[in-house]
Amino acid sequence: MTNEEKIPFWRDDRFWKVVIQVIVVAIVVAVFIFLGSNLVRNFQRLRLNFGFGFLVDRDRPASFQIGDSPIPYSATDPYSRAILVGLLNSLRVMVSGIVLATIVGITVGIGRLSDNWLVRQIATVYVETIRNTPLLLQLFFWYFAVFLRLPKIDNPVIFLNSIFLTNRGIYLPFPAGSLQTWLSLGFLVLSGVLAAILWRRQTQVIVRGGASGRTLQMGLLGIAIAAILTIIFGLDWQQPQLDRAANSLEGGLNLSPELATLLVGLTIYTAAFIAEVVRAGIQSVDRGQWEAARALGLKSGLVMRLVIFPQALRVMIPPLTSEFLNLAKNSSLAVAIGYSDVYAVSNTISNQTGKAVEMLLVVMITYLSFNLIIASLMNWFNRSVQLKER
Amino acid sequence: MTTTTNLGSKPPVNSVSPLTWVKKNLFSTWYNGILTILSLLFLYGIGSGLLRWTFTQAQWGVIGANLRLFFVGLYPQTLIWRPWTSLGIIIIMGGFSWGILTRKGAIFSRTTLIILGILGATCVALSIPAGIQSSLLLWGMLFLLIIGAVVGRRVGTRIPAIANWLPLIWLVTFFVLLWLLEGGLFLRQVRRDDLSGLILTLFVAIVSIVLSFPFGVLLALGRQSSLPAIRWLSIAYIELIRGLPLIGILFMAQVMLPLVLPSGVRLERVVRAIAGFTIFTAAYLAENVRGGLQSVPRGQVEAAKALGLSIPLVLIFIVLPQAIKAVIPTIVGQFISLFKDTSLLAIVGLVDLLGISQSILASPKYLGRYGEIYLFIAVIYWICCYSMSLASRKLENQLGRD
Repeated sequence: MTNEEKIPFWRDDRFWKVVIQVIVVAIVVAVFIFLGSNLVRNFQRLRLNFGFGFLVDRDRPASFQIGDSPIPYSATDPYSRAILVGLLNSLRVMVSGIVLATIVGITVGIGRLSDNWLVRQIATVYVETIRNTPLLLQLFFWYFAVFLRLPKIDNPVIFLNSIFLTNRGIYLPFPAGSLQTWLSLGFLVLSGVLAAILWRRQTQVIVRGGASGRTLQMGLLGIAIAAILTIIFGLDWQQPQLDRAANSLEGGLNLSPELATLLVGLTIYTAAFIAEVVRAGIQSVDRGQWEAARALGLKSGLVMRLVIFPQALRVMIPPLTSEFLNLAKNSSLAVAIGYSDVYAVSNTISNQTGKAVEMLLVVMITYLSFNLIIASLMNWFNRSVQLKER
Repeated sequence: MTTTTNLGSKPPVNSVSPLTWVKKNLFSTWYNGILTILSLLFLYGIGSGLLRWTFTQAQWGVIGANLRLFFVGLYPQTLIWRPWTSLGIIIIMGGFSWGILTRKGAIFSRTTLIILGILGATCVALSIPAGIQSSLLLWGMLFLLIIGAVVGRRVGTRIPAIANWLPLIWLVTFFVLLWLLEGGLFLRQVRRDDLSGLILTLFVAIVSIVLSFPFGVLLALGRQSSLPAIRWLSIAYIELIRGLPLIGILFMAQVMLPLVLPSGVRLERVVRAIAGFTIFTAAYLAENVRGGLQSVPRGQVEAAKALGLSIPLVLIFIVLPQAIKAVIPTIVGQFISLFKDTSLLAIVGLVDLLGISQSILASPKYLGRYGEIYLFIAVIYWICCYSMSLASRKLENQLGRD
């Protein structure tokens, strides 16, 4: 090998690539060591110690109350039970928030594209108002200016004799949980599965066979009527009963003002963002698709269902996923209005015991797993609606 | 049958009578009719309730009495000229940039004149709660805006290259404003923890976005890098931060920063909050900038390398300018959401716009005035965010045309 062919090492790309990586890793490690040693020193100075043992220690009860808990909980339970309650509370808000926000968001998003001028304007004003004000302000507004300002329980606002609004919360009719309820639920699930199968068959008949699918449509209609009847009469609804003597409302579902605020606030806020996603998704479908489908003689409902919506859905799912993730993360604002979600509970524990680092880790792991679960569910859904190319 | 074609003339204007318009837009089909009636009922319900509340129940005195608190908070009364001067500088600079950017089109179009007229009327109307002095000052600001715009237009047509220097000019302005607000160097120092109200909201939002910008760009470059160690570190940081709720990061910054820093170092609450916002926003900005990096065609990099530029030079002079220009609207969007997120300062014990309204509400004199105060600050937030998003849409068109 002659001298000219040999490149000096400081002009060699490969050499620099390795050196840069080593330098960056060294800096990161050094920063971590610096911060970590400070942490250890500060722990010693403040006489703190690290460990998760206190979570399950029966001799150290949580000793704080939790307003609404879906499982039995008392102040004498260990901290781990309090965290579990917080987890369940968070899940409750996230799941119902995501469902409600999707429904409202899709409705408003379609409203923004409506032929009706008035509906379009209302939807636009809603979206632009909600998107341009902070969520925390909206939550404070709902909590202090709306839900806590409702009349006292002896004089509630009543809708349709079954929905009671009071400053102690919202009372809604709810299935009683008897055998009849469970049987009806089973029937509803069955008819849902059946309807899904029929719907698929009908789409196939229309797309492949070119037939109208009228008989299957009749079947679907029958199932729908049966399901609605079951929902109204079969579920054994329990109405909240106003007991004027005891000054209380019994029966049905009681949403505390905090839970109601969080649900309403998160739903309305996220729905405005989802509406924009839906609008953008539908508008992203080329105009030619509408025109071609119309030219083939499809009615506008079928155009939407067979041509536009499947294409729009592909565009909508990734941004929709990030809106769901935002909702999950924003549910941690519960701490501002005193709803005990997992973040609020961890915060209380951290203040009470001084175990800031441990509780921080708990919060991090919790939210990262929430995110992972939502993201992988949505990715699975995304894969199932993508074009299947050869 | 003959068809007459008159080429070159304008298409016929469809004059629509109000009745046909109503029929076409509100009652085209039976369900549209039902929708219209339902919407009207809905509007009537909300509108009548809101109007009744506004004019009979609400007591707006609380707003007028605390106007100064909302805007400048507890900023020392004797130094009040400093926020005013800062506002003046921002407005002159805003007008200047506006003039430069719109130098090719008509500057005083009808829409602009209408907006200016509305602003002027608002300034006059503000004299009722805020006093004649503030109203005159605001009129002066409007005047400055127009002067700035005219000067910017003149300068812009004479030296077109100045448009490329605008970001740098704004960066210098940022440091001047920082000095003006905080003091030091010939000016009396104002304690950072004394900043409150809208001024704190703006301070935290602007400082955080400026600080997180370089981090965001570096992280985005790191994520796109071909060096595995750097790529994985960037991905880990971005995904970890994006998975956490902001309020958690803010609390972490308040509680953990003192624990991981040497025991002698004490950071002010505001600085810790800014650190939290910067850590958070950098991860989101990185994802935005990554989108821009991916939009730069590979050919650009290859051509630059073929010309003999080294990798850092390729990045600085070829890739980043194009990438950042492509994502300016998303960065403005990020700033808007950061501006809204600063309301979380109220939870970690700082008195931003929302925090100051909480403390006003806590005073027994204004007990229960929730509706009035929340509505008022909602309007402030809305005006700020909506005008920024309008400006970013304009900017997007402008950049798209160049």
